[in-house]
Amino acid sequence: MKKSYQSLEDNSTNNMKQVIYRNLTSRILSLGFVLLLTFSSSLTAQEGDAEKGKKLYGVNCASCHKLDKRMTGPALRNVEARLYEDEGLDRAWLNTWIKNSAGLIKSGDAYANKIYKEYNGVAMTAFPQFSDQDISDILAYTAQPKPTPPVIVDNGPVDGGGQGDSTSNELILGALALLFALLAGALVLVNKTLNRFADAKGIDVVVDEKRTPLWKVFAQNQFLVLVTTILFLLASAYFVYGSLMSVGVDQGYEPVQPIHYSHRIHAGENAIDCKYCHSSARVSKHSGIPSLNICMNCHKSIGAVADATQAEGINEYGVDYNSEIQKLYKAVGWDEDTQSYTGETSPVKWIRIHNLPDFAYFNHSQHVSVAGVECQTCHGPVEEMEIMYQHSPLTMGWCINCHRETNVKVEGNEYYTKIHEELSKKYGVEQLTAAQMGGLECGKCHY
Amino acid sequence: MSSNKKYWKSVEELNENSSIVETLQQNEFVEAIPTDEFLGDKESLESSSTSRRDFLKYVGFSTAAASLAACEGPVIKSIPYVVQPNEIIPGVANYYATTIANGFDFASVLVKTREGRPIKIENNTDAATNGIANARVNASVLGLYDSLRVKSPMKGDSEISWSTFMSETTSKINALSDAKEIVFLTQTLASPSTHKLLAEFKEKYGNVRHVVYDAISESAALDAYQAMYGTRGMANYDFSKAMTVVSIGADFLGDWQGGGFDSDYAKKRIPANGKMSRHIQFESNMSLTGANADKRVSLKPSEQKLALATLYSYVTGNSAGGNSLSEELNAAVKSAAQQLKRAGSNAVVVTGIQDVNAQTVVLELNTYLKSKAFDPKTTLKTRQGSDKAVMQLVSDMKAGKVGAIIMNGVNPMYTMPNASDFADGLAKTDISIAFSLKQDETSSNCDYIAAAPHYLESWGDVEMKKGHYSMMQPTIRPLFDTKQFQDVLLAWNGNDVSYRDYLKSVWTADILSGASFNKAVQDGVFISSSSLDETITTDANADDTEQTSTLTGSSAAMALANSAKGSEMEITLYTKTGLGDGQQANNPWLQEFPDPITRTTWDNYVTVSKVDADAMGLVNKNVANGGLNGSYVNVTVNGVTVSNVPVIIQPGQAKGSVGMAFGYGRTSKALKDEMKTGVNAYALYQNFNTVQDVSLEKAAGEHEFACVQLHNTLMGRGDIIKETTLEIFNTKSKRVWNKVPEVSLNHIETPVTSPDVDLWDEFDRSIGHHFNLSIDLNACTGCGACVIACHAENNVPVVGKSEMRRSRDMHWLRIDRYYSHEDTFTEDIIEKEATDGLGLGDYLVGDGQGDGSLSTFNRLENPNDNPQVVFQPVMCQHCNHAPCETVCPVAATVHSRQGQNHMAYNRCVGTRYCANNCPYKVRRFNWFLYNKNDEFDYYMNDDLGRMVLNPDVTVRSRGVMEKCSMCIQKTQKTILDAKRDGRVIKDGEFETACSAACGNGAMAFGDINDKESKIAALKDDDRMYHLLEYVGTKPNVIYHTKVRNTSEA
Repeated sequence: MKKSYQSLEDNSTNNMKQVIYRNLTSRILSLGFVLLLTFSSSLTAQEGDAEKGKKLYGVNCASCHKLDKRMTGPALRNVEARLYEDEGLDRAWLNTWIKNSAGLIKSGDAYANKIYKEYNGVAMTAFPQFSDQDISDILAYTAQPKPTPPVIVDNGPVDGGGQGDSTSNELILGALALLFALLAGALVLVNKTLNRFADAKGIDVVVDEKRTPLWKVFAQNQFLVLVTTILFLLASAYFVYGSLMSVGVDQGYEPVQPIHYSHRIHAGENAIDCKYCHSSARVSKHSGIPSLNICMNCHKSIGAVADATQAEGINEYGVDYNSEIQKLYKAVGWDEDTQSYTGETSPVKWIRIHNLPDFAYFNHSQHVSVAGVECQTCHGPVEEMEIMYQHSPLTMGWCINCHRETNVKVEGNEYYTKIHEELSKKYGVEQLTAAQMGGLECGKCHY
Repeated sequence: MSSNKKYWKSVEELNENSSIVETLQQNEFVEAIPTDEFLGDKESLESSSTSRRDFLKYVGFSTAAASLAACEGPVIKSIPYVVQPNEIIPGVANYYATTIANGFDFASVLVKTREGRPIKIENNTDAATNGIANARVNASVLGLYDSLRVKSPMKGDSEISWSTFMSETTSKINALSDAKEIVFLTQTLASPSTHKLLAEFKEKYGNVRHVVYDAISESAALDAYQAMYGTRGMANYDFSKAMTVVSIGADFLGDWQGGGFDSDYAKKRIPANGKMSRHIQFESNMSLTGANADKRVSLKPSEQKLALATLYSYVTGNSAGGNSLSEELNAAVKSAAQQLKRAGSNAVVVTGIQDVNAQTVVLELNTYLKSKAFDPKTTLKTRQGSDKAVMQLVSDMKAGKVGAIIMNGVNPMYTMPNASDFADGLAKTDISIAFSLKQDETSSNCDYIAAAPHYLESWGDVEMKKGHYSMMQPTIRPLFDTKQFQDVLLAWNGNDVSYRDYLKSVWTADILSGASFNKAVQDGVFISSSSLDETITTDANADDTEQTSTLTGSSAAMALANSAKGSEMEITLYTKTGLGDGQQANNPWLQEFPDPITRTTWDNYVTVSKVDADAMGLVNKNVANGGLNGSYVNVTVNGVTVSNVPVIIQPGQAKGSVGMAFGYGRTSKALKDEMKTGVNAYALYQNFNTVQDVSLEKAAGEHEFACVQLHNTLMGRGDIIKETTLEIFNTKSKRVWNKVPEVSLNHIETPVTSPDVDLWDEFDRSIGHHFNLSIDLNACTGCGACVIACHAENNVPVVGKSEMRRSRDMHWLRIDRYYSHEDTFTEDIIEKEATDGLGLGDYLVGDGQGDGSLSTFNRLENPNDNPQVVFQPVMCQHCNHAPCETVCPVAATVHSRQGQNHMAYNRCVGTRYCANNCPYKVRRFNWFLYNKNDEFDYYMNDDLGRMVLNPDVTVRSRGVMEKCSMCIQKTQKTILDAKRDGRVIKDGEFETACSAACGNGAMAFGDINDKESKIAALKDDDRMYHLLEYVGTKPNVIYHTKVRNTSEA
């Protein structure tokens, strides 16, 4: 555990450098945008509503265009201004292009053909339904300056705070200890002074009879010694047993993974179904670690996280999510600039968290598809886990307990109809547990 | 009580003032031991700051630290696909249909793959031809992961790249002068597309010859067929249409004419409506076929020829002449002839005599009988070799006429009797190329080794029977840098398409006639109504046909009778069920596979009859550790001697004949040292004739066999294998021939199945599934496919010869083979029943003929000279009242509601009580760690070999007991699949590895609580009995009484 923490810190410091660099570039960029904005605002023919434009953009454009990054189509921030600046194309050209790009290409327009070729001959979907106002709205949205990412203060993020807390606690404790020491010292002094006074006054201080020390009394009482010894042995046996039973139980195992993958963001915030990625859990004994092409289903278009998420990652978890996405791209061989696969892959070596011994057979599909057990029942609140860890002990006792307590889901499953009818009659119960169905037999899991 | 005795320690004590005595009282040694000297450098020792105590502290600390550190679990990495193939789901098996065609075994099979790795071969039940995998085919999957495969093309001993290989070979082939031939020496390919490729090659290069070479030749049958019908092929036989089978020396349940006849044969062996087939076997070696025969006549190979000629004359009425048979044999032949004639078109005659005349006579006989089982139209194409062409090639090579020799799938340096001639010839060629999986005897003598892929990595097509096509498709990406023969041929032909595309175009154009190619690949088989015209480019035998075609009918029989010249001792060379022709000799599964007849592993040997052995002073004996020892002989054929061949005394071996198996005695780099077992019988295979005159000479020493069955007879215990005759079966009630044993309860005989005589309470097993495995002793031919299938499915380890010898075999499923002491097992029982008293007197004076039990049982231990044989597969019987379960101190083996006896390996502490208490002796103990252990350097010791392991079954560790689980991983999977689909399980869905592998229908598996199921019917069958029923174990494995058709009429 300790080790994993350290390396996280390492990560975060590395990432900090990158963040500074990023900030620098983005600052320069935003300066440029401000400059651009001053020009572009004068160019805008119709005033568009950026808010409306954002909605329209999200529905119609976002699947192929990003504001600041090239995707299926070009980046669109300040597109109008840029077109005017660089190519001398005005709003009218843009309107034609958006409403019917294919037509424009056919008409032999030079820039339209250039763009068409540059993006591998993929024609842009025509949007004849857009009114000019709609287009103004969208362009107004694209003309908004890029929000500056929040500047992060380097204060040794999470740990800094934690350390601060602990030092203050220590301080208070130290002060208290000092106080007590002073008090004790004072008492001793007072006692001494009183004795001196008594001496001086000639008052006999009543001295207690010399009593046998307590430990001697204890040692002489054989019964007490015996009871204590037994208690001591029992207590140590309890702890030894406990520690031995935890050998090989890796509850809470939370290794550092080659890519910092946040289940919290994917399963929690974005509420992606577990089985979207772990699809083989439905049909196979393995839940399966998703292959990288599954990641790319979404990450083809998600090259960076939202700025707020990024800030949260850095401040709270000490991780640069964007660089983690870059690790994915590297592994899968995705070139963001050309939006294509390079073919150079380097498979990710994940560290396996849930390890069952070879002699235990576990089948995900039995539990997920047949029994309808929620993933969280065994894997815990995955949607809250920033880093995946082993939630359950995965011991045999834990399995057996669940089998004893869980009812078999028989409704609508023709396989169970007959056996359930007969067995429930035999055991005189309404609902059969997995154990009654034979879920405690050795050979069901060990073969 | 103290003693005042004084003990003297030395003479010195006599001397009272001896200083030595004084010193000895003080010190242990008289002189100080010079420890410093022998401990090393005195100075450095003294100056060292590390004292002995410190040293111990360090040791203690480091031990403690190391063991503490060991508590930390290892970090396990998981690497998912970057791009996961659509068809692969980790944890779910995929099946692909493909075909094995290695020149010896031809079969359409299904390949089970997990995570892209082929792990098991299964039967392709959709295939009409050869859809049943035999033991070797089942084991062939392990060959894919053979660590000794060549990993890239080689030139001499060094690895080269394919581009170098292609450029060098192409230029050398092109540089050959026109006078010199290019020769292709291949296995039987039977591949339409490859034949076409070879024809194209011939067109391009001109002076090209293609010679087909079968290591074990069926040339005689091919020649006879060609002489009679004009085309080259072998007549097909469908034994499911034969009610009377007469075989003269044909091991048709083994590898006779390509094999694959057993499942049809077995169909007629199960009595139905009071009828079953009658099988008469004339043979000299005890073969699998002879062991299954209703009547077996043992006779020398030369007598076989005569017997066939006589049979011909009895059936057709034409005299064959020649010497006359002995009276006894003559009567047997006459009786067989009568039965054949009576059966008429329901009869069939086959022979394995390697003689054109013999084969011609059989063709004539079957034609005469109008046998329904005889099919000369749909010829078999699985053997196409021509002895003459091969002989011609060797002499041409020696004469320097051959410029280039390109070999595929053959290993003549090992399989040729005149291997040295071939080596001479090979040296005289300008270029020699061998397409090979291995650096074997031949390829390591060639200029180039073209690294060939395993059949599970290859494309291909096979026409096994006329019009019956099979497709070979890769089931895994090539593991090594290999290229298949056909792809290289395409490149030499200057054709740049891949072989797969070429194959598709050939099939689309010539075979499929409009049917879908993808469907053919998926099914693995395709039956074409219009077969391809013969385009086989085997030359050099077209002109030979004339001389063989002269003899037909009675003249052939006469020639056969005249050629039957016996000698004092004759040898019949045969192939074993395990190794076959020997190309899979590096397969530890097959090496450890017990021969069905001798039950011996890791060896070949000479089989000798008891009479001959006694005459020559040859012995077989069991030594103290239970191992079998045998004498050695030197075997000489025609001046060629094979020395130190171990001897097995084989009941049923014809007097004056011996047998010896091919496939052993390999050397070369293609095998691990452990696999270089046995002696090479190919040296004796002169003129490609399996029968030779031989002389045997006893050699010194004793051979240590690894034989897994020490006791060969049943000792009259008819309750282990119940058997009866067809006549009794048809006429008498079940109580006569399949009586439930009875025990006395209050002096009343009560059947053991009654709950009143049971120690234990019955459990209710009527709810849910209750599995039973049924074994029909009538259909079981002992072929052993189930043994290997079980091996592959359940990760059963290979333990090696020395462990096998100690009876530490790990096979979960064994096939026991028993011989009768009298002529039949029934007579054994009568003899046993007739025992009277102990007969100690008779026994002590050595009168073996007394009827006391000592003498009788002593006698019964010896098998008959021509015994009845029976096979009985035995695996864990999954007793409902299991003796093993009650004695386990840790409850590691317990029963389930489904009838399976569970074995929890992680719970087992290895007391082995269970094995001791098991009446069936089916439990196996892991004496050692058999995986990742250099002492057991078989497939589980290397990463490549471990790829064949079934991920659903635990690999057991040292010190635990294991046994048949009734393939619980398979039954659980079937149940889970049904649960997931929410449906009821249909009959036939449950399978074990053995029942699925059994192509003969001897094994059936299912749920007896499904009253409509096949297994429920089998359980209620009259023939059903339990093994050792009187023990009261109530097994879930059921057997079916063996019925023999003994009627001579």
